[in-house]
Amino acid sequence: MDNKPAPAPFAPWNDPAAVPLIRFEGVTKRFGDFTALQSIDLQIYPKEFFALLGPSGCGKTTLMRMLAGFESPTEGTIWLEGKNIAPVPPNKRPVNMMFQSYALFPHLTVWDNIAFGLRRAGQDKNTIKARVEEMLRLTRLEQFARRKPHQISGGQRQRVALARSLALGPKLLLLDEPLGALDKKLRQDTQFELMDIQEKTGTTFVIVTHDQEEAMTVASRVAVMDAGRLCQVDTPQNIYETPNSRYVADFIGEVSILEGRVAAVGEEIAIAYAEGAKPVMTRCAETVAPGQSVFYAIRPEKIWVGAEPHPDRINSVEGTIVDIGYLGDVSTYHVRLDSGQMIKALMTNAERYAASRFTWNDRVWLSWSRHAGVVLAS
Amino acid sequence: MNFRRLFLIATPYGWLLALFMVPFLIVLKISLSDTAVAIPPYAPTFDLSAGWAGLKELFSGLDFENFVWLTEDDLYWKSYVSSLKIAAVATFFTLLIGYPVAYAMSRARSEWRPTLMMLIILPFWSSALIRVYAWIGILSSEGYLNQVLLWLGVVDQPLTILNTQIAVYIGIVYTYLPFMILPVYASLEKLDESLLEAAEDLGCSRVSAFWRVTFPLSKPGIIAGCFLVFIPSLGEFVIPSILGGSRTLMIGKVLWEEFFNNRDWPVASAVAVVLLLILVIPIVLFQRNEEKNA
Repeated sequence: MDNKPAPAPFAPWNDPAAVPLIRFEGVTKRFGDFTALQSIDLQIYPKEFFALLGPSGCGKTTLMRMLAGFESPTEGTIWLEGKNIAPVPPNKRPVNMMFQSYALFPHLTVWDNIAFGLRRAGQDKNTIKARVEEMLRLTRLEQFARRKPHQISGGQRQRVALARSLALGPKLLLLDEPLGALDKKLRQDTQFELMDIQEKTGTTFVIVTHDQEEAMTVASRVAVMDAGRLCQVDTPQNIYETPNSRYVADFIGEVSILEGRVAAVGEEIAIAYAEGAKPVMTRCAETVAPGQSVFYAIRPEKIWVGAEPHPDRINSVEGTIVDIGYLGDVSTYHVRLDSGQMIKALMTNAERYAASRFTWNDRVWLSWSRHAGVVLAS
Repeated sequence: MNFRRLFLIATPYGWLLALFMVPFLIVLKISLSDTAVAIPPYAPTFDLSAGWAGLKELFSGLDFENFVWLTEDDLYWKSYVSSLKIAAVATFFTLLIGYPVAYAMSRARSEWRPTLMMLIILPFWSSALIRVYAWIGILSSEGYLNQVLLWLGVVDQPLTILNTQIAVYIGIVYTYLPFMILPVYASLEKLDESLLEAAEDLGCSRVSAFWRVTFPLSKPGIIAGCFLVFIPSLGEFVIPSILGGSRTLMIGKVLWEEFFNNRDWPVASAVAVVLLLILVIPIVLFQRNEEKNA
């Protein structure tokens, strides 16, 4: 057994002394009348794997293109290592980008594609050769070096694009939907490969994606965006467990949302969501006043499904199963409460078939603890 | 192989056989014949009624005399060389003017592109002969060009452009410009914008991104355009005879004169066969090379 102390978790965003690599300061971008980004303030730290997550048109790609230098902010400043990068053209920035379409040069071989940036930087032949070969090894492309982009598979093209963008050793690597064109299985493998490469090279990665699972898997922090604004910037776990808005809760993973009014404030707060139904009892980090209207968000896997109320859980409510979704490892029950709301509950299939009691139109009890859900003011 | 497939494959080959191979063989046969005061003006002619003996007689009457003649009179090789030179220079200038036009078209806003394309094709709606003829009015010593130049004070004597090689160049470049613009435009238009961004991202300036990415990727269009301009201008007859005057030597004109003025069909055919070989050999070599690179 080694007695080395466990390394401190990587969390420069919690360290007030940490110097961010990138700082957005009140950045707004307008295209004519359309506001793509609205006063963005954001810090990205060295060695972070930072994900910009949002639906298409939310401004995440514009944000990334401003880092690459293809767009400039209408208002505000972007600082890179303390320097305003607005006047620096794309070809002079220590930033490289991996394009969504990969943008591999079709007339050049894999080798020449990777060497492209190094040649422009005027490095000597031996340095270029060594660096290209290093990149080929890193991305396991050695035997494809002499092929043209159209002679290799989609997954290999993706790796060439990655190798090409890493070859210059950028301070910041931008990845625009890097895995969007790959099928699901390959995408999952590649996610771990990306994390591995990010760790090996120690480069700061900013990834743009609309796939929340991908963002949660790879990123150290995720920025959830909507309509040109940052909704929440936090670690994947915090975003999942304590979303700060209905939008974020809904965007990340499955969730059921009850709309209600604060009925009582004590150690737990009570949320009345329907006439005649027992209020939901929950712990709440935010301060709320009685009578305030709130949303209560609860994840399906936090809900226990049974024939009786669970004796140890503070909340229990009865309903009817309207739908069961079979997903292989788990099943999702869609339960309509007697008061009319729909609640999703998750059960592993090992459990479901062992019990094998509940089916469509059965009456069931849903039970959950006081810590299971979150109260959202908006 | 079923009938449908056979039909599909046979159609283009049948087309080539009937409209290229057979006429070529006829021309080749005439080029190996001798002139005769007859209709048609060459001998021997193929006599179907004589059967096998007639065919044998026909072949024994053929020889390479006319091809030997082409090497003996220096008019011919001088015309070939001059034609090659004029076609090459004109192709170069067509590219020089056509490429920027095609580039600008491909960069234009997409709603403008059909209009621009229309403007490029529009001249085809009037007769090429008339359009070339109209250049006489522009280029002659009393023409519009000289009037403008004199009025601007650029020259004090009218320039002699008409009936020189310069007029031929102007005519060829003007006539064949759309054949250069269209294929180059087609290759530039499908160019992915993100390739240029990638080049810039990797350290290229706008100018070097053009030379490293745009230009190499438009090469197929450039090559196609050069062929489309070079091949017809090599055998061009109308433009040199209208604009080039008597001193401009081009093989198309020689061919015309042999055929119609001298009524020497065999020599005219020999000129045509050599012209075809001059064109076919580089095209075949070029295609071999392309296949190797693909």
